[in-house]
Amino acid sequence: MLHTLKEGWHTFKSIFTGMGVTMRHLFQPSVTLQYPDEREELPANARSKLYVDIDDCIGCNICARACPVNCIDIETVMSTDDVDLGKTSTGNPKRFWLTRFDIDMAKCMYCDLCVHPCPTDCIKMVQEYEYSEFDRTNLVYHFSDLSPEMVAEVKEKAEKEAEEKKREREEAKRKKAEEKKKKEAEAKKKEKEKDEEKAENTGTKDEKDSDASKKNSSDNKES
Amino acid sequence: MTFLNAGSTSVVAILIHAAIPLTIILVYALVAIWGERKIAGFIQDRLGPMRVGGFHGWAQSIADLLKLLQKEDIIPTNASRFLFKFAPFMMFAASYAAFAVIPFSSSYVGSSVNIGVFYLVAVTSILTLSIIMAGWASNNKWSLLGGMRSAAQMVSYEVPTIATILTVIVVTGSLNLMTVTEMQTGNDILGFLPNWFIFQNPFLLVAFGIFFISILAESHRVPFDLPESESELVAGYQTEYSGIRWAMFMLAEYADMLLLSLVGVTLFFGGWNSPFGEFMAGPGWGYFWFLLKGLMLVFVMMWIRWTLPRYRVDQLMQICWSVLIPLSFVNLVLVAVWEVIFN
Repeated sequence: MLHTLKEGWHTFKSIFTGMGVTMRHLFQPSVTLQYPDEREELPANARSKLYVDIDDCIGCNICARACPVNCIDIETVMSTDDVDLGKTSTGNPKRFWLTRFDIDMAKCMYCDLCVHPCPTDCIKMVQEYEYSEFDRTNLVYHFSDLSPEMVAEVKEKAEKEAEEKKREREEAKRKKAEEKKKKEAEAKKKEKEKDEEKAENTGTKDEKDSDASKKNSSDNKES
Repeated sequence: MTFLNAGSTSVVAILIHAAIPLTIILVYALVAIWGERKIAGFIQDRLGPMRVGGFHGWAQSIADLLKLLQKEDIIPTNASRFLFKFAPFMMFAASYAAFAVIPFSSSYVGSSVNIGVFYLVAVTSILTLSIIMAGWASNNKWSLLGGMRSAAQMVSYEVPTIATILTVIVVTGSLNLMTVTEMQTGNDILGFLPNWFIFQNPFLLVAFGIFFISILAESHRVPFDLPESESELVAGYQTEYSGIRWAMFMLAEYADMLLLSLVGVTLFFGGWNSPFGEFMAGPGWGYFWFLLKGLMLVFVMMWIRWTLPRYRVDQLMQICWSVLIPLSFVNLVLVAVWEVIFN
């Protein structure tokens, strides 16, 4: 009987305690944010949409290599000697045309790993988070500021220059090789002369030596 | 209002008489459903509906009603078609019929019959019938289980409810709810308290406690909402219902809530009497005080709903049969003794 009364008392006490709690919460301000009307202030380091300041990019490809899901696609073309692409705001010289800099935000997992290695701090996460699309392909963002004609022109130019340079290099190589040949030939001549002098001085005594030196020179030629 | 009094038997007068509680129920249901969602929101530190109609989403219930009206009327293939269609309307009819004997104001009661309380108890038991009807006709195990639970629950809790109503009848000696209310007019207790039965006698206070717990169970409110416990029975007897038929169940449930609260107010809180004696009293104020008191009780029911967890079936039955029923009968005897000694 006493137990039952105790239980009953406990029940009522806990019910009224609970009712007190709910009554207190009834008059507490709500924590709801009326989303489309009001928005939460994001922290400065919030991870959301990626943005690339293409003027600062040096095309080093580090971000693309850091990306664990390969959502960054970069294509660069070496700039030709007659064009100066200038410098980034951090002072790094730019040497590449960025013909493609695509980020597929559908693949991106917001890990932030591409942001930190960037030497010029040009890839970063911005505060924008409302960019849903009906078509997945629309989530691929193109950051390159070159027009298709420009890209074609730049590529052609770069190819031409590369070919020219290659030719020049080959020419230089050939010249170098010729010079080397000449030198070797001269050196051989000199040796021969020396040998002849020696032979005159010592007679048939050193026939073996001259044979050996002949062999050496032929080895050199082959190499 | 004079032309509406008992002498007039014209059809128009009857219709107008009948329309008053109906209007009150319908407006109340729209407000109460919205209010319940707001209260639930505020208790959980949310806002609840906010977008329909401007200020705090006041038109949410209207929008929901319009949506429910447009929904497809689905009847399961193997359901008993007539009973399935009939049950929700019967349930609402039962709640609505019971309003006939409720005195809304000193000048208005649908039917001032001498057996008002008896009629009320008899008519509200049709609710159980319609719930079983819905559960059985749906041809669905969840519906049937919900219906069975509901039957067990309502039959059990009818006993303490009637026993506590009887304690008030012992004091009044009348089954007419108008007379019961009139006996509570005036402010004589301790010089300032209104002559409401809840203040007249400590055992009537206990009786009100039992009555309130019982009406929570009768109207299927938490912590006794077993017939429609969504985590166990999907939606209980409402599982197969959709659209406007489901809305009728919802309406009947809220009407039932108001009905039982108003009965509680009539029996224990002085009905349409003003708590300040002659101040703000009169036929017009009668509606105001009566509905205000009723809505306060409805609010407490909502407050409890968002606080307490649900009882198990065996606990529900145990509370009723081994606590409330003995207590209510003991209380009945004690009130009778008090009446013999003091009056």
